[in-house]
Amino acid sequence: MSGSSPSAADKPRLPGSLNTNRLLSQWIEFGADRRVAIRPGKVEIGQGILTALAQIAADELDVAFDRLDVIAAATDVSPDEGVTSGSRSVSDSGGALRYACAAARAIFLSVVAQRTGVPLASIKVVDGVFIGPQGEIGSYWSEPNRDLLACDAPADVKPKAISARRIAGRSAARIDLPDKVFGVARFLHDLRLPGMKFARVIRPSARGARLLTVPETPAGAQLVADGSFLAVVCETETAADASAAKLAPRVRWQETETLPEQRGLRDFLRSAPSETTLAAEQPCDTTPTQTLRAEFFKPYLAHASIGLCCAVAHLVEGQLRVWSHSQSIFALRKDIARGLGLALDDVVVQHREGAGCYGHNGADDVAFDAALIARACPGIPIRVQWSREDELGWGPLAPAMLVVVEAGTDANGAIVNWRHEVTSNGHMSRPGNFAVPSLLAASHVSNPCEIPLAVDPPLAGGGGSNRNAIPIYRTGGQHVAVHLLTEMPLRTSSLRGLGAMTNVLAIESVMDELALAAGRDPAAFRLAHLDDPRACAVIEAVTAMSERAARPDGEGFGRGLGFARYKGTSSYCAVVAEIEAAEQIKVRRLWIAADAGEVINPEGAKHQIEGGAVQACSFALKEAVQFDRCRVTSNTWETYPILRFSEVPEVEVTLLDRPELPTLGVGECATGPTVAAISNAIHDALGVWARTMPFTAEQLARDMA
Amino acid sequence: MIAFHLNGAPVSLDLPADTPLVAALRDHLSLFGTRFGCGAEQCGACMVLIDGRAEFSCTRSIDTVAGRQVTTIEGLGSASAPHALQRAFLQEQAGQCGYCLSGMLISAAGLLANDRDPTEDAVRTALDRNLCRCGAHNRIVRAVLAAAAELRTVPA
Repeated sequence: MSGSSPSAADKPRLPGSLNTNRLLSQWIEFGADRRVAIRPGKVEIGQGILTALAQIAADELDVAFDRLDVIAAATDVSPDEGVTSGSRSVSDSGGALRYACAAARAIFLSVVAQRTGVPLASIKVVDGVFIGPQGEIGSYWSEPNRDLLACDAPADVKPKAISARRIAGRSAARIDLPDKVFGVARFLHDLRLPGMKFARVIRPSARGARLLTVPETPAGAQLVADGSFLAVVCETETAADASAAKLAPRVRWQETETLPEQRGLRDFLRSAPSETTLAAEQPCDTTPTQTLRAEFFKPYLAHASIGLCCAVAHLVEGQLRVWSHSQSIFALRKDIARGLGLALDDVVVQHREGAGCYGHNGADDVAFDAALIARACPGIPIRVQWSREDELGWGPLAPAMLVVVEAGTDANGAIVNWRHEVTSNGHMSRPGNFAVPSLLAASHVSNPCEIPLAVDPPLAGGGGSNRNAIPIYRTGGQHVAVHLLTEMPLRTSSLRGLGAMTNVLAIESVMDELALAAGRDPAAFRLAHLDDPRACAVIEAVTAMSERAARPDGEGFGRGLGFARYKGTSSYCAVVAEIEAAEQIKVRRLWIAADAGEVINPEGAKHQIEGGAVQACSFALKEAVQFDRCRVTSNTWETYPILRFSEVPEVEVTLLDRPELPTLGVGECATGPTVAAISNAIHDALGVWARTMPFTAEQLARDMA
Repeated sequence: MIAFHLNGAPVSLDLPADTPLVAALRDHLSLFGTRFGCGAEQCGACMVLIDGRAEFSCTRSIDTVAGRQVTTIEGLGSASAPHALQRAFLQEQAGQCGYCLSGMLISAAGLLANDRDPTEDAVRTALDRNLCRCGAHNRIVRAVLAAAAELRTVPA
């Protein structure tokens, strides 16, 4: 549904996604038992968005927070709010809901005022009940509300002043957490439908492998084969698992070596064909007296969700319904419809929660797997769950990246020129964005679509490989370029922060080396190159936080600073890491100061920032996708280890209080600064610049050699 | 027939002896709180208590629990009668996506059954078998310590 107004462009601009989805009844419904349902098009991926949106709605409607129900998005009933990504949900969806709820409140009050003759100014709303000077005169639930909200949001609504908010801006408990603590069947994985059958996909033995022959189907299993797409369908999960395990080793595939040598990955990035675009170009008007060159490398990374990708699909009389934990249900619907040759209106994608995904993982792919199998089994609900091996081995990956920085300084050590060159595959393969479906199995079926080459989101939308590549610091001359590979040996897409992690690492590592060369304190050196007071404020705050804690005595300890304004337009985040160089690098503590503008749920925001930072420790210290010439080989938790409890640092987060400033989003801002802070702390401890991720003892030994 | 005690009540299952316990719980007993994560004892999402010890249920076949006491997250407590750990996890808001939490709670319950007053290091060591990708670790540790403190106020 694209909203009620095809010509939104002719109308006054409304906040967030309301601009293209103006019909109020799409967003809000006053139900029985004094409940209020809101229906955002954004989805819960573990980030707590449903809770923040409920807070905003409760505040504007003047109803108690616990009256709110947030309905999971579905393409047939929810406003199309695009993808849930990029830390934009509070501004896109929250802005829309705030305005829509303020509009609903105004409409109800004007109707009540007219009906009762009580002047508008004399009516108060107390937990959804309208109170006049003589007492109760109505409520949201006593008016014929469906009709009242069956209109476009008017243009003249004024949401509450920030100072009048009572619920948004204060910490609220996550509305989805009790179900998850009591083991309630809330996840998509727990959905069971009458007559449901269970399927497993048997993936090709190698990237690009083609199916040669299939042995006899095990008893009790139905085989679905379409080109090189192969799946077994059984009565139970256990049977599907067993059948797939029995069949898989006996299927014969034609393999080809399509992947580069992993040991030569850095050389592959340097030599592979690419297209170059400029992100910034400013001439340098001072000749540098010194130039520092540094090279940074990040391997392919996996999303590595704890829950496996899962989907349910059901084809009934030509109508396909798919349950998915995708971040982009509308785009997924488009690609499923195109992939199956169905009309868009014949496909509905219904969101149901999965595990945290941290970007574009296999959630969309598995939904198409389920759709393909459901087409072969009309009338039967089909549940597909990936194996751990497929999750880590076949999901989209964050691209490997190479960044080369050349920074020129004057005689005083001040920066006068900055060259920053990024080489990477694209960071975006999400469905709905290409001439053909970008879903994995579309490249396996007969008449396959070649996997589209990943692209980068435009710089105006935050960019991809060039995200955070343009330094926030005053650099004089500036040349920032991206060499986007036009070959994609491993399918790449978005992982938390996209290119920001590597670009921030590069900039912040060079800033530290320049500070050292100039004989300046790293924080002071940064402050001397910053014009933005909000940037300075987080660096000063985090410095003060870390200085309150005494440095540990003895050898092998180090502290380092990392800072960035995410995307150049979003939240400011500064991190100090304290590490201990033992057998491996251990991050002991992280201090984090962030400015995210107005914050709806402070505890929730801090938790997102802490989570992003802990995940960044994992990226920095442990993670690298392994592959041979044919396939990803790091497809278990043993071969793709992530950070464990005993390795997690103590984390302290401070949010700078900016209730009067626009909300900026917090999901991704800590990733780059944390990796950079760890790298700089390693230098502080060991005197070696950690510039090749992950910063393992083995890698650092090579860096020192 | 394989008979055991599940969340305090006797059950018997007419299933092949090699059926994984997690599959029996989810697909035959409709107890969905026990999660499947890897099938290789490498993530901890599937943990249940067996005779009070936190164990993986993904590789364990049901015949190995015959006659024993199995407790799942549903048996630990409920919204109306929460376990101290569940209360503490909610109090600390110790979870983001929540997919790992059943295993975390079970793992912690196994620890507290043997150690009423664990150190923070002991909690981290006990939970090292459980993976969390969201970075909720520190809140989870604080919740386990808070629950332990609360449980110590109750006579054993």
